Amino acid sequence: MSTLDEIMPISVRVWWTVAGFLALLGLWLGVSHSGLIEARMLPGPETVASTILRLMHESFAGSTLQEHLVSSLGRYLLGFGLAVLIGIPLGLMMGWFEWLDDLVTPFFEMLRFIAPISWVPFAVLWFGTGIGGPLLIIFSGAFPPCLINAYRGAKMVDKRLIEAVRTLGASNYRVIKDVLLPGSLPSIVTGVRLSAGIGWQSLIGAELIVVSSGIGYLMVQGQANFATDIVMAGMITIGCIGLLIDFSLRVIEQSISRKWSQGGGSQ
Amino acid sequence: MTDNVAGGGDAAGMNIRRYLPQRRTLISLAGLVIVLCLWAVVTMGLKLVSPVRFPSPLDTWSAARQLIFTGYGGGLLWEQVWHSSRLVLLGFAVAASSGVALGIIMGISRRAQLFINPTFLLLRPIPPLAWIPLAILWFGLGDTSKIFVIWYAAFVPCVLNTLAGIRTVDKTLIAAARVHGASPGRVLREVQLPGALPMVFTGLRLSLQACWTTLVAAELVGAFFGIGRVLVIAGQDIYPGMILVAMLCVAALGAGMTKVLTVIEQRLLAWRFA
Repeated sequence: MSTLDEIMPISVRVWWTVAGFLALLGLWLGVSHSGLIEARMLPGPETVASTILRLMHESFAGSTLQEHLVSSLGRYLLGFGLAVLIGIPLGLMMGWFEWLDDLVTPFFEMLRFIAPISWVPFAVLWFGTGIGGPLLIIFSGAFPPCLINAYRGAKMVDKRLIEAVRTLGASNYRVIKDVLLPGSLPSIVTGVRLSAGIGWQSLIGAELIVVSSGIGYLMVQGQANFATDIVMAGMITIGCIGLLIDFSLRVIEQSISRKWSQGGGSQ
Repeated sequence: MTDNVAGGGDAAGMNIRRYLPQRRTLISLAGLVIVLCLWAVVTMGLKLVSPVRFPSPLDTWSAARQLIFTGYGGGLLWEQVWHSSRLVLLGFAVAASSGVALGIIMGISRRAQLFINPTFLLLRPIPPLAWIPLAILWFGLGDTSKIFVIWYAAFVPCVLNTLAGIRTVDKTLIAAARVHGASPGRVLREVQLPGALPMVFTGLRLSLQACWTTLVAAELVGAFFGIGRVLVIAGQDIYPGMILVAMLCVAALGAGMTKVLTVIEQRLLAWRFA
């Protein structure tokens, strides 16, 4: 029972976790080799692993796995970077200038409900299938969390600090640079992490539909060729990269919030 | 004075999510009107934007009328909307029931949590959209593959939020109930579940939004019918008015369903909002 949680020794916990991993792996192995489902539909874990290795030096859908990954990451970084560069300043300014808040919020509320992926037809119409189309989709996914969190961060900054700085004659620019930006940094970093995740998802969506390179495209081609192992290899790659992005941003987030709580300890 | 300022700041912090209508000022309205006028002027008056790139308000209006009265992409508006909504509701309902149930099991038994968690560790980083090709291979282009992907999109947040909700229930409350002789079943029903409900609803809301995104993506990749199909055909026909109408439909449906869920939440959790 949950009231007895603390009593469970670590060795038992590790045992159950390992058992969980093994059970999943065993289930996958068992079902794929039992003949209940065709191997073509559900390749075993060992097949998928060897497919990943094979894709690394044998090209499929135009290039090897690494090359697909590089083109995916390039797109992703561009779209995500653009969202960060526009979203954070706009969010901070909305938090600071009330009129801007009143002006932008209604549009933002409307745009936010439009799923990033439903920009696909316009993305194709406006930018074709080059870099612009996927960029728009990634941007529309990654932009809202950046903006919202920068906005919240700016609103959380103690008004008295701002008043104090202004009394001392600081300009708008200095208020933003020296008070608002540092004060809202923890919230901004959280927003960046969220938007990185959503951006990564949107990238996959964009690649499934509009482009002709990248991991998503690899998977679509695998699907068209009934190569389930290639599709699964793509999924695993996507999962690993997503995990890596999330992990590194979490590390940054924690180090920043630790630094901040130390700095703010004297308040 | 300072208190008032701080209070105002808090209210403003909330407005972006929930209290917008009360705070919609003249500036907001003026902004909307100006943009609508600009839209009309730029597309119809000055013709700065080619009608092939972005529709004018009139194009949009006629596209909406066409979709409603004569149909597009193989059906009338309500048929397409019903088809897509039905898939979302089905996938969401299955995910909500199975996800909450699994979350409860993992919440009350530490062993079950430890045993099942590795699966989630492996599955969670794979976005729902990445399951679409696999779902098509397994279940074909029909409704089954869509329901599967929608289920997956909603299932993971449901489980994780239910689990977190049950874990955050105050341990003292559980101990107190046990001391007074409540059975584990009663503790679950009367302490842990009500305590977890706010988090459960957060999970459901997140799930519902994920469901819509996933459905649209799945219909864009391949479908025979539905609002995403309208989007695809409009894109192929280079019919910007219809693209915009379909996009607005998707947004309105997603927002509408989330709104319904919020109302249900407020009814069920009246004690919390009072």
